[in-house]
Amino acid sequence: MSILVNDQTRVLVQGFTGSQATLHSEQSIEYGTNIVGGVTPGKGGTTHLNKPVFNSVADAVKAEEPNAALIFVPAPFCKDSILEAADSSIELIICITEGVPTLDMLIVKKKIDELGLRLIGPNCPGIITPDEAKLGIMPGSIHKKGKVGIISRSGTLTYEAVKQTTDLGFGQSSCVGIGGDPIPGSSFIDMLELFNEDEETEAIVMVGEIGGSAEEDAADYIKDHVSKPVISYIAGQTAPAGKRMGHAGAIIAGGKGTAADKISKLQESGVHIAESLLHIGETVKKVIG
Amino acid sequence: MNLHEYQGKQLFAEFELPVSKHEVVFNAEEAIQACNNIGGTKWVVKAQVHAGGRGKAGGVKLIESPEEARDFANQWLGKRLKTYQTDENGQLVSAILIESCTDIDKELYLSAVIDRSSQSLTFIASSEGGVNIEEVASKTPEKIIYENIDPLTGPQPFQARRISSVLGLDSNQAKQFSGMFQNFVKLFNELDLSLLEVNPLVINSEGKLHCLDAKINLDSNALYRHPSLVEMQDPTQEDPRESEAAKYDLSYVSLDGNIGCMVNGAGLAMGTMDTIKYFGGAPANFLDVGGTATQERVSNAFKIILADPEVKVVLVNIFGGIVRCDLIAEGIVAAIKDVGVNVPVVVRLEGNNAELGSQILADSGVEVESLNDLKSAAKKSVELAK
Repeated sequence: MSILVNDQTRVLVQGFTGSQATLHSEQSIEYGTNIVGGVTPGKGGTTHLNKPVFNSVADAVKAEEPNAALIFVPAPFCKDSILEAADSSIELIICITEGVPTLDMLIVKKKIDELGLRLIGPNCPGIITPDEAKLGIMPGSIHKKGKVGIISRSGTLTYEAVKQTTDLGFGQSSCVGIGGDPIPGSSFIDMLELFNEDEETEAIVMVGEIGGSAEEDAADYIKDHVSKPVISYIAGQTAPAGKRMGHAGAIIAGGKGTAADKISKLQESGVHIAESLLHIGETVKKVIG
Repeated sequence: MNLHEYQGKQLFAEFELPVSKHEVVFNAEEAIQACNNIGGTKWVVKAQVHAGGRGKAGGVKLIESPEEARDFANQWLGKRLKTYQTDENGQLVSAILIESCTDIDKELYLSAVIDRSSQSLTFIASSEGGVNIEEVASKTPEKIIYENIDPLTGPQPFQARRISSVLGLDSNQAKQFSGMFQNFVKLFNELDLSLLEVNPLVINSEGKLHCLDAKINLDSNALYRHPSLVEMQDPTQEDPRESEAAKYDLSYVSLDGNIGCMVNGAGLAMGTMDTIKYFGGAPANFLDVGGTATQERVSNAFKIILADPEVKVVLVNIFGGIVRCDLIAEGIVAAIKDVGVNVPVVVRLEGNNAELGSQILADSGVEVESLNDLKSAAKKSVELAK
């Protein structure tokens, strides 16, 4: 078991022939991911990386029946690409691209929710289920099939958590980057629910950061609904107020969204806090080792 | 990106929102003419900086002659205004807004923000204006209304009526507000705002609603759609190193410590700062060099970090995912030679080809402390910075 993706997942890559999509699709295919084709308007009928290219998602759905879409198009076109995938009822849509306008995301998120579909990202590394499927830009080699589920708002911080849990031999069931934007397609809570139900997952690592209240909301949810141990690290304990720390969503606004508030709320809900970035693996070991 | 009040008012006027007759001046001599152009016998002069709390700091004044406007401009232009929202150095006053004086009956509050919890554009309004809204929210929450705008169906008249009722507007004012409400949403959506605040929104002596202030922040991700708004950017209001970094597409925030940080990824950059603090040090900056970390980007990042005279050591923390660490190591060596780095550099390379990367650093002849785990690298940096 795992969450969201496995070796049966049929992946369609949107913006397939672009340079980023090409680089990462090659690596995904090499990892064993079942990429069934891609979409680049105007290039339908050709092949790329030995996979068929289609003019539209609808064409691709007819021919290849994908059940996941992986989006690499530039930010100005993400709204269109996500809504196109949604129009074809693709149940899992992952948008890697950074820099999508927030107002575009308000509309997209509302529509995705109405249709009952699932969007991961934007501005995220994607999802991986070790040894089965890699839908994103994470380095496959640091992962190891195992029992820790990882959820994170940051790419490279996810890799730190992955490496530490791999080095200690726990491995990962699945890892999901939900992205660093203020309006993400999926929240910590959405992923906590899936990991809590997943038989293979024994513990959940949640990597949060300053800004917004996603971690506080997750803390409330964990208290009432999550039976598995949750380990958390919150980045940005030294971040100043009012400054955007790289990610569009990582900003302490009006005194709200500080790391200290998030940590104390999580602790109240019984979450095990890693005292520093270096202690994520060790904290997992203390809890389930 | 933030705008000045005078720029906000210009946009308000374009969207038919009521603002005072005004002119903006960039030198004192223009002030007299500006008052005459506006007409009347009383004016308000306002120092333009990207910060609130200007009134209490002396940056806003009611005047009764054009000469006073000139004197005020002379007093403030080119000087720094310090308010409770600025740092100890204050913000440079680059312009003076002059506007006709409004007689006020009542002060109200209105703002619109992207609310992350409801995932919508949310209006916040209160019958208590001209004050700190967070205080009103905590002391008298019944005086505040939050109204979420559905992203798919847009603002509805009943929502304007609901806000009018909390603001205590009479029927004529409510009618006026209904139109303003639509225009505020139009302004927000068409120009990709991230925040709009009118504090205070007033009822003037004629019983009409009037926007006495105009604060606008723009969504940086959407600036590509608005080239005319990009031109409104005032670099004098930002930290010079932060503006310089933005030119190179590097995400940089300057901090008070003495350990310069160069990291790939925003989350890891924050995590690195936290780790430095964990070992008793203090980070000099946040810097995300990006996923690709090419030689050019690394060189630019070194230049920006070293422009801070407080920096005593630079910690480079790279988790090579897709990018190979050997290529990054070559970039670091070339950048150090290119920039002429005169402080110790500690490098932690992890991930793809990390050993090869460390070898390249060792063989390069440049003075670099190369460590392959973050714990040792952060500890070493803290020691060197003491």
